[in-house]
Amino acid sequence: MKFLDALLGRSKPAQPKLDALFGVTGAAIGLEAAAGMKPTGQAAVCFKPASGQGFAAASEELKGLLDLAVAEAGSKLEVTDDRYGYRWIVITDPEMEDLVTSVHLVNSTLEQYGFGPQLLCSVFGFKDDHGQRFHLVYLYKRGTFYPFAPLDGERRDNELELRVKASLGGDLPVEPELARWFGLWGIPLG
Amino acid sequence: MVGTMFLLGLLYVVFVAVLIAILKSWLLIVLIAGGFLFFQYFFSDRLALTAMRAHEVSPEQAPELHQMVDRLCALADMPKPKVAIADSDIPNAFATGRNQQHAVVCVTTGIMRRLSAPELEAVLSHELSHVAHRDVAVMTIASFLGILAGFVVRSSIYAGAWGGGGWGRSNDRDNNAGAVILLVVLASAVVYALSFLLTRLLSRYRELSADRSGAILIGRPSLLASALVKITGDMGRIPTRDLRAAEPLNAFFFAPALAPGFSFSTLFATHPPLERRLEQLERLETQLGRPA
Repeated sequence: MKFLDALLGRSKPAQPKLDALFGVTGAAIGLEAAAGMKPTGQAAVCFKPASGQGFAAASEELKGLLDLAVAEAGSKLEVTDDRYGYRWIVITDPEMEDLVTSVHLVNSTLEQYGFGPQLLCSVFGFKDDHGQRFHLVYLYKRGTFYPFAPLDGERRDNELELRVKASLGGDLPVEPELARWFGLWGIPLG
Repeated sequence: MVGTMFLLGLLYVVFVAVLIAILKSWLLIVLIAGGFLFFQYFFSDRLALTAMRAHEVSPEQAPELHQMVDRLCALADMPKPKVAIADSDIPNAFATGRNQQHAVVCVTTGIMRRLSAPELEAVLSHELSHVAHRDVAVMTIASFLGILAGFVVRSSIYAGAWGGGGWGRSNDRDNNAGAVILLVVLASAVVYALSFLLTRLLSRYRELSADRSGAILIGRPSLLASALVKITGDMGRIPTRDLRAAEPLNAFFFAPALAPGFSFSTLFATHPPLERRLEQLERLETQLGRPA
């Protein structure tokens, strides 16, 4: 079938894999114990809004639904658009376990509404023992994580990123291809 | 452009046919012709970049462009291609490279100046779809098959005429030789003409495919449509000389650069007509607009 698809120029939109998200709770404990890296209590879900009436109606409904569900877990929710035309749902919750549950909930709800192919990534905020911030990025389509440590002027702290990778060990599936550790500038996390 | 390319290809085939008639070893010729296409296939990325005078840019040189490509690749789950910019005022974009690992996506400075960021992103997702569909490989193989088909016809006529005239009737042989060469050339020309049309048909089909998956990837078909309208509208206003200079590369382009006044038949076009592309995007827009 793959050959036929190639011949006919068909490609199916990649569907997200959400289950690995729950591994973040354990990984956060590991990171703190091994390297003193703490979660900031913030996470975000990033997706590309589609056009049309269907999406507009669904996103209204979705927002209400998410507000309710997330409030139940005691999390706060905020929506912002970035300059690349992507939408971020920022979730704040001091409890790591609740935060991860809320992120998963937002993702699975988006998926249920048919926006699975539009999901870009989920991001968890962390800081290392010196207060330097970094993000743990989850690539849905790959089912893998990678650390992203932005510095001023769109540079990245590669040393810190590799340190995080080493500290993560086998807790999470880390993206093996370094070329796929995309820079994500303008993440709306504090 | 179409006429020139057709004639060039015809010349190539006729030349090979004459060579076969003279050398009488079509295996050798197939090797040479195959080598030619092989070269084209393996160096497609460098060939196209050099021809367009484009250069690869690093994330530091073009951060916005790279970020757009980064995110689209993460959305589509594909490896990131190289990113290049061509210093040309013709608003266009192309993708090349034989597979995803050697792919290059190139935009001109002209297109970056004319399109808004979301429209540029739509164009990039169209080009990334070409990469994902492996269009350079498919088109190279398709054109090779056409040429190969010509070879088969030639060699069978050749063998048939030779064999029929054989068995001790050596006088007929000399008389036949001229006729055989003529027949060989005629048949191969016909086969080539047919395969040329079919390759063009395939190219147009794949453009529509790339439009479709590109639009689905960004979730907003109307953006791709408005980019198309803007580019093709702008095409008419650009000096003719620039356009002609870029014509031989049309097959790789987002929207073909055609010199005004050149009447081209849709039969020969590498890209579907604008109306056909817009119509498809409009249909997609309505589909996506339906409540989930």
